[in-house]
Amino acid sequence: MAFILRRLGFYLVAAWVALTANFFIPRAMPGNAVEAIMAKFPNLQPSAYHAIEAMLGVGHPGSLWHQYVTYLDNVLHFNFGLDVSNYPSPVSTVLGQTLPWTLTLVGTATVIAFFLGTFLGIMSGWRHGGWLDRLLPGLMFLQAIPYFFFALILLSVLAIKLGWFPIGSGYADGLIPGWNGAFIGSAIYHSLLPAFTIVITSVAGWMLQMRNVMITTIGEDYVLAAQAKGLSNRRVVFTYAARNALLPQLQGFGLALGFVVSGAIVMEIVFNYPGIGLLLVNAVTSNDYPMMQAIFFVIMFAVLLANLIVDLVIVAADPRVRTREAR
Amino acid sequence: MTATGFVAVPEAAPTTVQPARRFGRWQRLPLKAKAGAVLLGFFALVGIFGPMFTPYDPNYQNPSPAMSLIGPSAQHILGTTTSGQDVFSQLLVGVRLTLELALLVGIIAGALSVIIGVSAAFLGGVWDELLMLLTNIFLVMPGLPLLIILLGYFQHAGQTATILVLAGLGWPWGARVIRAQTLAIRNRDFIAASRESGETSWRIIVYEIVPNEISLIAANFVNTVLYAIGASVALAFIGLSNLSSWSLGTMLYWAQSQQALQLGAWWWFVPPGLAVALIGTGLVLLNTGIDELGNPRLRDAAHATKIEGRRQRPTDPTPVLPTAVAAAAARTSPLTAFVRSFSRSAYQTDSASSASASVQRRPANEG
Repeated sequence: MAFILRRLGFYLVAAWVALTANFFIPRAMPGNAVEAIMAKFPNLQPSAYHAIEAMLGVGHPGSLWHQYVTYLDNVLHFNFGLDVSNYPSPVSTVLGQTLPWTLTLVGTATVIAFFLGTFLGIMSGWRHGGWLDRLLPGLMFLQAIPYFFFALILLSVLAIKLGWFPIGSGYADGLIPGWNGAFIGSAIYHSLLPAFTIVITSVAGWMLQMRNVMITTIGEDYVLAAQAKGLSNRRVVFTYAARNALLPQLQGFGLALGFVVSGAIVMEIVFNYPGIGLLLVNAVTSNDYPMMQAIFFVIMFAVLLANLIVDLVIVAADPRVRTREAR
Repeated sequence: MTATGFVAVPEAAPTTVQPARRFGRWQRLPLKAKAGAVLLGFFALVGIFGPMFTPYDPNYQNPSPAMSLIGPSAQHILGTTTSGQDVFSQLLVGVRLTLELALLVGIIAGALSVIIGVSAAFLGGVWDELLMLLTNIFLVMPGLPLLIILLGYFQHAGQTATILVLAGLGWPWGARVIRAQTLAIRNRDFIAASRESGETSWRIIVYEIVPNEISLIAANFVNTVLYAIGASVALAFIGLSNLSSWSLGTMLYWAQSQQALQLGAWWWFVPPGLAVALIGTGLVLLNTGIDELGNPRLRDAAHATKIEGRRQRPTDPTPVLPTAVAAAAARTSPLTAFVRSFSRSAYQTDSASSASASVQRRPANEG
């Protein structure tokens, strides 16, 4: 329990640091965010100056401290102001429309990659030196390849040359997002190539990590003992070796789930996928500071939450953590 | 594969002439480490000498429409871009810039890791708590989104900003590992001895502790360089970088933004991407190979026992001959000792907490 409380305290501090940085960095920048926005959108009336100031929270009357408190208060109420690019819809609305795209695509792909990679890792760790191991150099190449480059290759061959897949975007032109068969079908069709890219490029990492831990675990005495007892191979592999080798893997999985929210940023750019990564990059290139702040907050929140859940799972799964604390 | 590791060669004859011994050492490296070193060496040569041999000025835009987007030919080995620029020349210059940036990030972030990791462990108490809090906060920060946002704010600051931001976010993992190792070394006898003999803390850190961690620092450096290459190429590809200079990332950016994909100009975007992938593979191979050198269990089980035509998992967890290793270690040159120790601690990065368990490295001042 003390362990959990200490971790909780740490995450609170980390969240506070991130929020504070998020508040101060735009203010410390040379140049004025408001001017930058005014320059970017020449059709804005000069009278909009104060509106933008208010939106960014920079022109607030009162001290820096007062602004800071107002900012924290707004953030806690998920009030991020109005989006500059899609003026005047609130940032939180735009975010709300974008998040589901990223969450379903990257989430599904991450889960598939994790299970596939872990299973392959168990197999190749057990059959050390078997045929799966011979794929290792190739897997390392897949791991080292920038995944957006892999996406570019897939796109040029499968989508442009062969025409099997759509070239980009989240759904076919002319469809209106909604819960009907045509739209969902189109969305799934458009997500196949991006999902495939994520799975292929991340499965190698899961597999290599699992394999290495498996090989170390297999050398343990209790595995040898289980074999000596005459248990079936399958039981030894899954119940004795893999189960114990799974902890680091679970930790990584939790973190990966946290990063799902930030999306596969560059992948979304390659496929022009309407997710949060594309939104972030568009916000950065158009100086959309409120949107940048909001996206960073959401990503940070997701990552900290995922970390906390990982901690809870590990305390539940690994008695050593508990006893170490008790001592 | 006869000599997967130094274990397989029991006693390299100590009296052999120098060149033969050098070759023997190289041979003892795992295949993966060799392949990685060769790949990296090739790209290092390209980075150093490539820009001297560019057949064209990478910026020169050939106005003749006939020279636009031509495929690989004798005149243009890797073809031309839409505006008639020579892709091969861009690649030669781009490799240098990308490697340069990655090395600088590796050096700065590596130095930060050492400074923070060692001081946290050495100062202890409140300092340790504070520095580790800082490290852990940086560790949980989401990397790429944060980089994008920061570079969004610093948009026009160019290459220096990229290097500083990448280095500023790249140190925490190394700092944590180095702290763990320093904690383990700090209580060794030879440190106590130098303290007793009146050496100052600075001297102990610089001459006793850091040299004993050089392997870990090097492994951390390789990882940081890998991270820097991946992140800088991704950032340049998004367009958040100095787009007027040629790096592998900016090449990909221009190829993508000028529709190379839709035009079917594969010679424009495949070479830079492939170069990044090969450099990355080289780094991964080097690290894994060296990892295997220290952890025999991870090796390609080419030497694993075969029973009924099927490879069985090695039940003997440590096929290392301790006496052979110790004897060999006792008479090796600093370089070999360096490579060997590198591997041990590279393995320890997996389990930093057990850092103290297996390192029996000889203190530097003993030799």
